[in-house]
Amino acid sequence: MATIRQEMALPAAAAGRGSALTTILTAATVLLTVVSLGMIVFYAPMERVQGVVQRIYYFHVPMAWVAYLAFLVVLVASVMYLWKRDMKWDRVARASVEVGVVFTTMVLITGMLWGKPIWNTYWTWDARLTSTLVLWFIYVAYIMLRSYTPDVERGARLGAVLGIVGFIDVPIIHFSVTWWRTLHPAAVVAPTLERTTPNAPPQTVITLLVCLLTMTLVYATFMVYRTGLERLRDQNRELEQLAGR
Amino acid sequence: MPPFARQVLVLLEKDLRLELRTKDALSAMLVFAFLVLVTFNFALDLRPELMSTVGPGVLWIAVVFGATLGLGRTFASEREQGTLEGLLIAPVDRSVLFIAKFLTNLVFMVVMELVSLPLFVLLFNVPVQPLPVMGILLLGAIGLSAVGVLFSAVAGNTRAREVMLPVLMFPVIVPILIGVVQAMGLAIGNDSARDMPWVSLLIAFDGIYLAAGAIVFEYVLEE
Repeated sequence: MATIRQEMALPAAAAGRGSALTTILTAATVLLTVVSLGMIVFYAPMERVQGVVQRIYYFHVPMAWVAYLAFLVVLVASVMYLWKRDMKWDRVARASVEVGVVFTTMVLITGMLWGKPIWNTYWTWDARLTSTLVLWFIYVAYIMLRSYTPDVERGARLGAVLGIVGFIDVPIIHFSVTWWRTLHPAAVVAPTLERTTPNAPPQTVITLLVCLLTMTLVYATFMVYRTGLERLRDQNRELEQLAGR
Repeated sequence: MPPFARQVLVLLEKDLRLELRTKDALSAMLVFAFLVLVTFNFALDLRPELMSTVGPGVLWIAVVFGATLGLGRTFASEREQGTLEGLLIAPVDRSVLFIAKFLTNLVFMVVMELVSLPLFVLLFNVPVQPLPVMGILLLGAIGLSAVGVLFSAVAGNTRAREVMLPVLMFPVIVPILIGVVQAMGLAIGNDSARDMPWVSLLIAFDGIYLAAGAIVFEYVLEE
């Protein structure tokens, strides 16, 4: 009984509440989100050609960065799980896949919202759009795989394999899709983000950097809460097994 | 002969002999690939002038769909017969199992391609130089088999076996699809196919996924 009571005492701390670091992180994220929104609306200059639509860029680019970061974290956590066999790493992978898929979805949606007025189409089979979509499919498959694998230890193992094998594909997909895209150069006439960034006014660059920092903190906050929740679930499962015995 | 190669050959011989006696996987693969070719004819209204642009994609999708059936059977048959445990307790490295299953599926796929290519030429009247096209199809099959065997083992460990294999496999093999279709387009004289090092891409993909599969396979089949 003593062990059970000890385990029961853990969850409050596990959820992240009470940890000063979590409070500071959450507060900083909220504060920076407000600052970013203010900068996007009042500080960043109006783009001459694209107009107000260009401001999607301050959401779109940071979210794309976070999506790639999230999948890189999945790779590292997957390797670490297979090496150390510590469920801690699997919780990180599980959480990061979900956050990454949400951000990838948002990247695709914000890209489409921007594409309609600028490219006059929601979707085009441009190299970057296509490879982002393929990536989205790989990590959606990861989530499906985990939900179809009730056994947690087995799910962690299979998930780690997919987390590694899937990420290896990222550069190969990028190359293949870029070469393939050169088939139809006429389809993509709009300037890419790279071309607009170097000669952008400093306010644009500063706003983008602040938004990048903000979005990274949003990711970190999501990860802290999400891994905390997964830890509660794992503990709950262990307690149920204990009680069942 | 090094023990690794001998072990692989024993397992390969076992699978091929089993297939020769039951003809479970290959017959389904051949008929299904043929069926996909015919289905595409109705779906896309494949007139001869379309074939130089659409043809490679039609042929490769038929191969992939056919191959998916064989890949799905790879571990399902072992599981049904209860022989998977036997394989797992056999004193061989997991990578031996992976390479053996990879070669088994590769043989099935090449046989299917050797049947599908003449059928494709015959049905759609596409002038094809058999050697370069067969080479491209072989490179495609190597990557397809490596990724497919790995994910077939992964999917076999889940609740929804049949559902998971294509969902896992299809996004990962997008580079092979693009590479094979483009390279084949070049080989049969499609003007819109872009001259890029597609064959190198396929070789790189095959090498990377063969190595990755052999390394991570032990984590898939652990118990």
